[in-house]
Amino acid sequence: MASTPKSYQDTSPPVDVRIQSGDFDVAAEIERLRQSHPNIGAVVTFTGLCRDEGGRLAALELEHYPGMAEAEITRIAREACARWPLDGLTAIHRHGRIEPGGNIVLVVAASRHRRAAFEAAEFLMDYLKTRAPFWKKEHLKDGTSGTWVDARDSDTRDADRWKA
Amino acid sequence: MQLRYFAWVRERIGLDAEIVDLPGGIATVADLLDWLASRDEGYASAFAEREIIRVALDQEHAEHDAPLAGVREAAFFPPMTGG
Repeated sequence: MASTPKSYQDTSPPVDVRIQSGDFDVAAEIERLRQSHPNIGAVVTFTGLCRDEGGRLAALELEHYPGMAEAEITRIAREACARWPLDGLTAIHRHGRIEPGGNIVLVVAASRHRRAAFEAAEFLMDYLKTRAPFWKKEHLKDGTSGTWVDARDSDTRDADRWKA
Repeated sequence: MQLRYFAWVRERIGLDAEIVDLPGGIATVADLLDWLASRDEGYASAFAEREIIRVALDQEHAEHDAPLAGVREAAFFPPMTGG
């Protein structure tokens, strides 16, 4: 979902959330934020990749809940904008079949200073892992498929620490 | 009401979506889960570990004690593993 045009009074930073099957270009996304705002002093990016799990994984298949995926990540991104002084926040999550080494998720947080950008990127990822409606299924090189990846308790703990 | 299922919940039920007329007496998500689990073996298997099933009502996360009044779409799925 592209960010909507902003009115003169609207001081909230632009939130750009996209759910797509195609790949993304990290450098292009940084450039897009850089050009959108003249006073950005820090850009933090996080890229989540598909591991090969020691050579046994052929691909991940990412299922998602269309509509809710965009809505939930947008809710998390707006929460981040309320907590930190950001100048822009982009989140892109891919779905479909992704092979080892391929991109899965990108977060780009832009701010005047580094700390807000670091923390907002981490917050967005921690909440995205436990609240964005995506599910990973493993396809193995030996032809076996159909193992759904289990949710990790550590991801829940990572998200919970922001509640303090 | 439109029901949607994702990941292994979808696979066990054998459907990704359906429209149901709820029988009387179903007021909350938990009531709906009880009713669905009683329909056949697939539903029973999908909802065997009731406590780990996550729910969204009209595309927002909800708890099992949430009321269903006015809800158009309910979705059931395992804990999420994106990112």
